[in-house]
Amino acid sequence: MSEIAVASSGRSRGVKFRPVTHDSSFARYTLIATAVLFLALFLFAPLAIVFVEAFSKGIGPFLTAFGDPDARAAIRLTLLVAAIAVPANLVFGLAASWSIAKFSFPGKSVLITLIDLPFSVSPVVAGLVYVLVFGGQGLFGPWLAAHGVQIIFAVPGIVLATIFVTFPFVARELIPLMEEQGKIEEEAALTLGASGFKTFLTVTLPNIKWGLLYGVLLCNARAMGEFGAVSVVSGHIRGLTNTIPLQVEILYNEYNNVAAFALAVLLAGLALVTLGLKTFLEWRHADALSGRARRH
Amino acid sequence: MLTRSPDALAATEGSKRGTSIRIEGVEQDFGAFPALRDVSLDIQPGELVALLGPSGSGKTTLLRVIAGLNSPDRGRILFDGENATNLPVQDRHVGMVFQNYALFKHMTVAGNIAYGLRVRPRRTRPSRAAIKARVTELLQFVQLDGLGGRFPAQLSGGQRQRVALARALAIEPRVLLLDEPFGALDARVRKDLRRWLRDIHKQTGLTTVFVTHDQDEAMELADRVVVLNEGRIEQIGTPEELYDRPASPFVISFVGEAVALPVTISDGHVTFGGRELHIDTHGLRSGPARVFFRPADIAVTAEGSGDLEGRVESLRRTPAGVRATIAIDGYDQTLEIDSPLDRSASLGGRVPLSLVNARIFAADKNDFVDAGDGI
Amino acid sequence: MTSPSLVGKNARRFAAPSVIPGFGLTFGYTLIYLGVIVLFPLATLIWWSSGLGFSGLYAIASEPRVAASLRTTFFISFAAAVVDLFFGLIVAWVLTRYDFPGRRLLDAFVDLPFALPTAVAGISLAALYSPNGWFGAPLADYDIKIAFTRWGILVALIFIGLPFVVRTVQPIISELEAELEEASATLGAGRLQTVIRVMLPPLAPALLTGFALAFARSIGEYGSVIFIAGNIAYVSEIAPLLIVVKLEQYDVPGATGIATIMLAISFAALLLINLVQAWSRRRFGHV
Repeated sequence: MSEIAVASSGRSRGVKFRPVTHDSSFARYTLIATAVLFLALFLFAPLAIVFVEAFSKGIGPFLTAFGDPDARAAIRLTLLVAAIAVPANLVFGLAASWSIAKFSFPGKSVLITLIDLPFSVSPVVAGLVYVLVFGGQGLFGPWLAAHGVQIIFAVPGIVLATIFVTFPFVARELIPLMEEQGKIEEEAALTLGASGFKTFLTVTLPNIKWGLLYGVLLCNARAMGEFGAVSVVSGHIRGLTNTIPLQVEILYNEYNNVAAFALAVLLAGLALVTLGLKTFLEWRHADALSGRARRH
Repeated sequence: MLTRSPDALAATEGSKRGTSIRIEGVEQDFGAFPALRDVSLDIQPGELVALLGPSGSGKTTLLRVIAGLNSPDRGRILFDGENATNLPVQDRHVGMVFQNYALFKHMTVAGNIAYGLRVRPRRTRPSRAAIKARVTELLQFVQLDGLGGRFPAQLSGGQRQRVALARALAIEPRVLLLDEPFGALDARVRKDLRRWLRDIHKQTGLTTVFVTHDQDEAMELADRVVVLNEGRIEQIGTPEELYDRPASPFVISFVGEAVALPVTISDGHVTFGGRELHIDTHGLRSGPARVFFRPADIAVTAEGSGDLEGRVESLRRTPAGVRATIAIDGYDQTLEIDSPLDRSASLGGRVPLSLVNARIFAADKNDFVDAGDGI
Repeated sequence: MTSPSLVGKNARRFAAPSVIPGFGLTFGYTLIYLGVIVLFPLATLIWWSSGLGFSGLYAIASEPRVAASLRTTFFISFAAAVVDLFFGLIVAWVLTRYDFPGRRLLDAFVDLPFALPTAVAGISLAALYSPNGWFGAPLADYDIKIAFTRWGILVALIFIGLPFVVRTVQPIISELEAELEEASATLGAGRLQTVIRVMLPPLAPALLTGFALAFARSIGEYGSVIFIAGNIAYVSEIAPLLIVVKLEQYDVPGATGIATIMLAISFAALLLINLVQAWSRRRFGHV
């Protein structure tokens, strides 16, 4: 017989257990405390001290640091280097990701691994290889000396080393992103009669704009902040071949803390902007960054 | 610990062992959404019960409440008369097979099956040799001999299903719970596994509850079916009872196809489109009502004696006879009926129809599922 | 459609035919740029070190100062990666599975070592741990010296390596299915047992990958370390610093030798990562 029972007996208040997928409160608090403490000690403190030291003698000395001619030269040089390296790697990134994502050919993963190489190389080694090519005892050393061209211990060397070190940044962001997006939209545009370049401008670019921006920002941050590679090729000539990081080193070694940290504030500020944009992008445009782009 | 080998179980078939489950007044809200509303149910020892309903009906929630994965806001669960409501899931001794099997991918098949035995406290844990023997026994039982060393990634869907079942059986559970056990498999595999589950149930004699939205599955497998809708039980009964004596419009339209005819009751007569239908009013008050019948419940009848009239729109030959698509006067949908060759009508002709078996419900009795939903 | 260049025509036989233009141009540019900026200079390094030969490399590596720096670099990088493994797992777990005020901020913060220039990190850490620094001063009361010792190197490398572990493990943790925990509970396991037997093992490949990435990065780290390290030969001198020192002494072969060894270690680490990931995918069907 049908039993649509409507029992009214036994209405006791159920006991609520901790759901099976939750850890105990004790575990949770302990782990959170551990994580927060660790991060505060190892991550937050170093960032904080940059600002504290920079302003430790007040705003005056902070601003004076930027009046120093060597500091200004360093800033100018850093900007120059970034202004060359970033666009160069941007163009490369676009070219590489276009050819990889929109076409099929053998050896793709080899190509991608090669593009990633600069990441696996120590910055000092990166500087060294350019010394080996262009330095006095290097491959082209004699030829360059004969023609009076100075690459190592001069600005061109710094630019080259920076390009090397920041080489993969844009490409790494764009390749997985464009591969995820596939080529359907471009093919559609082409069948509708758009030229290749027009398709790129009107179809591809809007789709990748956030990933592109993020890649450019990372590339720029690294270009301005690179230390090891530039240190090797630079020659450390004050006012001429010192970028901001190198100048920071000099100032710090001279016990000029305020000036050193003042310049460092510039770079730290840039880092915060980069982090801020990344958070913004992940929050609002999570789909605009490729899912599992391998982080460096 | 290892008393119940499959052979021993088969020997005791016929005497229903197993644990009874009683669900009393269970309610559960997820925030503002009532998932289960005053659900009560008695499951007999050794029964195979299906929880059937569309998504959102609360069937999975109910299963999880029995398992102890969800803690009900009100109500009780009793196993063999003992209140289990306050028992955490680890202590309930239920065997559960999850929708996506939830196999531990980093363990071998044998490791998965042995898991429940290995995590027992030292006091109750069987010896290594005993565990190994039990695993081998179960592998044979689910017909996966020799696959103990494989990893889940190397198995097919049907094989993973069987590992999940063996894993649940390894702990000698009191009851067996399955959440849409065949949902992730393709149709052919599903049919085989249904039969196989029925066999397993016979052999183990365990009280088994499974959740499904597929009414064919429920009807084919279960001793009794519990039909749920929006957190409430619509009806509990054997498949035959559900089919022949549905208790509400929801049940009749969820379990099989149904046609709902809007009728009027007055003076103890049921009328549709001006004609009287030969249906008992079952004591319903005068006013609007709905008559439900299945396409199989309608027959072509002799001229002049029918309840309804319709026009033949198309005819199709079938092994059984002829399938006619008929448009009923006054009703906006067509229905298909099978009629034997000697009683068929001609295309475009008019046919009188009589209702062989129909149910009548008041017009405001719960909304039913449109034909096509909840299959 | 733009007409393909001659280069493009040949290039397209290499690639599958496609209606999309520009393969020849972009692929060619990619190869040329890659070759000039990356491959050619690296090849020069290889050429230089092949000139040294294995015996030459071995001779350089066995120079006491070089050997000491390699040992220092290797062991401290390893230790830092281990610390990062442990705390990185906790941080990743906490950020993924719990919600608490400030979680988002903390999550963004984990990337700081990526974004902060190494020189800035270097002077900050040095300032923090030097005897009159925020951390160095209280520790000095207990006679613990961090700055200008090997401990300083360890601290700097822990800083550098942390995001590698956290970011590699986070996605895997977030993909752990709740059903696994529930299944484990129905089978009678307690919470700790479930975490140890069911939830942590699937993280192993990702942990190993994160560890290897942190390790490989630490080996080559320069800027963040040299300010806090002390840089005393044979004691707290890292291999990258020794390369710079040798260059200043015009010992190009020596510098090249050390660089080659470091490259070899990095590549070995990366190869290990790829192998682990491939094995994991085959065995378990996931990374």
